[in-house]
Amino acid sequence: MGDNTLVLGQRLSEWCGHAPALEEDIAMANTALDLIGQTQLWLGLAAERKGQGHSADDLAYHRDAWDFRNLLLVEQPNRDFGVTMMRQFLFDCWHLEALKALTAHADAEISAIAQKSVKEVTYHRERSTDTVIALGDGTEQSHKKMQAALDRLWPYVGEMFTADDDDLMDVAALRPGFDAHVMASLTEATLTRPDSDFAHQGGKTGARHSEHLGHMLATMQSLPRSYPDAKW
Amino acid sequence: MVTTRPSVDDVWSWLVNVPDPEIPVISLVDLGVIRGVEWQDETLVVTVTPTYSGCPATAIINMEIEAALRAKGIENLSLKRQIAPPWTTDWMSKAGRAKLETYGIAPPQPAGGPSRCPHCQSTAVEKISQFGSTPCKAQWRCTDCLEPFDYFKCI
Repeated sequence: MGDNTLVLGQRLSEWCGHAPALEEDIAMANTALDLIGQTQLWLGLAAERKGQGHSADDLAYHRDAWDFRNLLLVEQPNRDFGVTMMRQFLFDCWHLEALKALTAHADAEISAIAQKSVKEVTYHRERSTDTVIALGDGTEQSHKKMQAALDRLWPYVGEMFTADDDDLMDVAALRPGFDAHVMASLTEATLTRPDSDFAHQGGKTGARHSEHLGHMLATMQSLPRSYPDAKW
Repeated sequence: MVTTRPSVDDVWSWLVNVPDPEIPVISLVDLGVIRGVEWQDETLVVTVTPTYSGCPATAIINMEIEAALRAKGIENLSLKRQIAPPWTTDWMSKAGRAKLETYGIAPPQPAGGPSRCPHCQSTAVEKISQFGSTPCKAQWRCTDCLEPFDYFKCI
């Protein structure tokens, strides 16, 4: 959970100062801020449970790509605004279902983080849904770009529901809730769900990240790795 | 030596005067982020909940609480972070809501948008963006007086 929010938070932050409109810039920066805040909670708890005196920052800055357990979807590059918003929409739809499930987790601290995050992510999903609908059902050009974004990112959807031993929840059970919201929104957006359910795998197990993650981490981690004692 | 420790009510009355670092017109108590004040033996424990998990003001809020209580002579102080139940704008005080509106920020509404323009009270308002200058705000505009304004998001 923490690696997903960290990697997507960093990706969204890359837009800061470059978005197509000031309001979009602020919205993405705020969404990134929520995600980084959630990262502090998740990785903070992970570090505490590991019991080796590590902090959330140690986990964020001093692990290499193969140690990351994030979905391949969130490490995909921003490309254009349409791809960024489609990636956000698909992730938000999964993220909200996952967090709702985790609010009932037996571990009180996991449940507490989920309860906190679910409010923020409800808002994220509302915004990304509205944007995908507005652009999908917008001009000919925006529609074409959103369909291309959906076609490009759909092969990263299946991994979100593929179970492995480290899962905090039954991820396959999240699919109906995800499908219901995604399908209704795509219909409204006049976008067509791709036929193939081929799914790239290897991000959440760490076995095979895409080539993009390493480049992103190189940027994100360079300062604390070059100056390990730096304080801010 | 007999030491008298201040009552919990006294501590609350001091905290009422600690402003929110981002929106100084309301206090931390108005904002609803202080969830508890209690003495545990000789230590004063103040429980604080963050508004948004990534809000940079959270660290400042803790510093402000500590500074205010130290200034009142509290020596043994512990600030406890509590994230569940999560902060909700329902915890914002009535006085806080009124102060926000006077300041020009439309207070949170369960309907999900401002009830009226905080400048001219017109109900003809439209959303500019779901996000604003801080994580807790969105940008709206009045279509009568044409002024843009901040709306305090309802969560």
